[in-house]
Amino acid sequence: MDPKGKRALLDPLLDNNPIALQVLGVCSALAVTTKVDTALVMSIAVIAVLSLSNVLISLLRRQIPSSIRIIVQLTIVASLVIVTDQVLRAFVYGIAKQLSVFVGLIITNCIIMGRAEAYAMQNPPGRSLLDGIGNGLGYGVILMLTAFFRELFGAGTVLGVTILRPVADGGWYEPNGLMRLSPAAFFLIAMMIWALRTLKPAQVEEP
Amino acid sequence: MAHSTQYTFVFAAAVCFVCAIVVSASAVGLAPRQQANERLDRQRNVLEADGALQAGEELDAAEAQRRYAAIEAVVVDLQSDRERPDLDPADLPAEELPAPENTAGLSKLPRYVVVYKHHTEDGRLDRVIFPVVGQGMWGHIEGFLSLSGDLVTIRALTFHTHKETPGLGADIDDPAWKARWVGRRAYGPDGDVRIEVGRGPAGPPAEDPFRVDGITGATITSRAVSELVRFWLGGDGLGPYVTWLAEEGR
Repeated sequence: MDPKGKRALLDPLLDNNPIALQVLGVCSALAVTTKVDTALVMSIAVIAVLSLSNVLISLLRRQIPSSIRIIVQLTIVASLVIVTDQVLRAFVYGIAKQLSVFVGLIITNCIIMGRAEAYAMQNPPGRSLLDGIGNGLGYGVILMLTAFFRELFGAGTVLGVTILRPVADGGWYEPNGLMRLSPAAFFLIAMMIWALRTLKPAQVEEP
Repeated sequence: MAHSTQYTFVFAAAVCFVCAIVVSASAVGLAPRQQANERLDRQRNVLEADGALQAGEELDAAEAQRRYAAIEAVVVDLQSDRERPDLDPADLPAEELPAPENTAGLSKLPRYVVVYKHHTEDGRLDRVIFPVVGQGMWGHIEGFLSLSGDLVTIRALTFHTHKETPGLGADIDDPAWKARWVGRRAYGPDGDVRIEVGRGPAGPPAEDPFRVDGITGATITSRAVSELVRFWLGGDGLGPYVTWLAEEGR
């Protein structure tokens, strides 16, 4: 793999994470992270949409008239999101029901339009694909970590398997209700950003 | 790169055309699977409300069909509050009635609803399953309420369609919350609707028969569920039919 491609794939994981550094796509990160399974399906959906939209837009980058490029990107992204939503409803109906409107809202996820405009419009399809997968993974990593802690402390389970037995079931663990509310995702993501910027001081912004 | 106006229009039209084809193809191509999923989901919900299915139990279409066979679906006309044996439950006329003033957020009612009756082997009415619907926080909440053969005691409450907030209102789907309804009494001694979702923990059904503890952090959803259950049990919903059923319809 050429170094540029490798950077496109790996940079978004830690060094240039779309959520932790750019603070994009936070809305859905708050909404779908109460449970690991929904976060996982959401991450896969975003990776699929992001890599496909990056490839398609990159293929068309010389053909797209610049005066209408944003709406063209949006049309492609919206179509991909609708198809993804249809596929989820056909094959993982239960989880699609839980994700409800949030799959449709992938359209408005800033990461996708951001990558289309900032990367796919200037780079060849192969690297754009890697960039899409990388950014999707970067989003997914934060989502999965957030969901892991929220489900573990909010319900005592991970992927539905009981880890900390709640008092209601005769165990000892008192589930933390805050973890089930959206602010918990803010706190967790903030802590991750803090940890990341402590490890990598280059990410700290000028005050 | 500069493009002519004409090119821009042609390009836009081409993108729209291709995207429209892709979206339509996926919607049409996957529709049978989605409808099968929805039907299975609906049957699951009837079965869950019926008690023939444990929450979370896996079920394929054939097994659902088999368990479903014990249940009789009847059409109830909300205008006359009587059963309409002449209508096919699988193919209801989509007639609507203006809803009377209500707190369940309903502006229209379907004229015909499907009620599921489960008889024992000797023909006694053992349980009845009613559809319930109302306005939730973000959209309609639809589900089933099941009453025991005495037509007073709640056997189960399940929801199959809702848009409540994941992790909060969406917990109306949570088995632990649904279990709080079991064994409580829908009607008081005079036949008035007494069941409601209240604040604070409710005692066991024997001591606290008319109150269900709401969902923490989901006040609006809890109230919506309370209102929709009360509406459908009440005089403007299926209340008169339940009275009829209790008196002579067994």
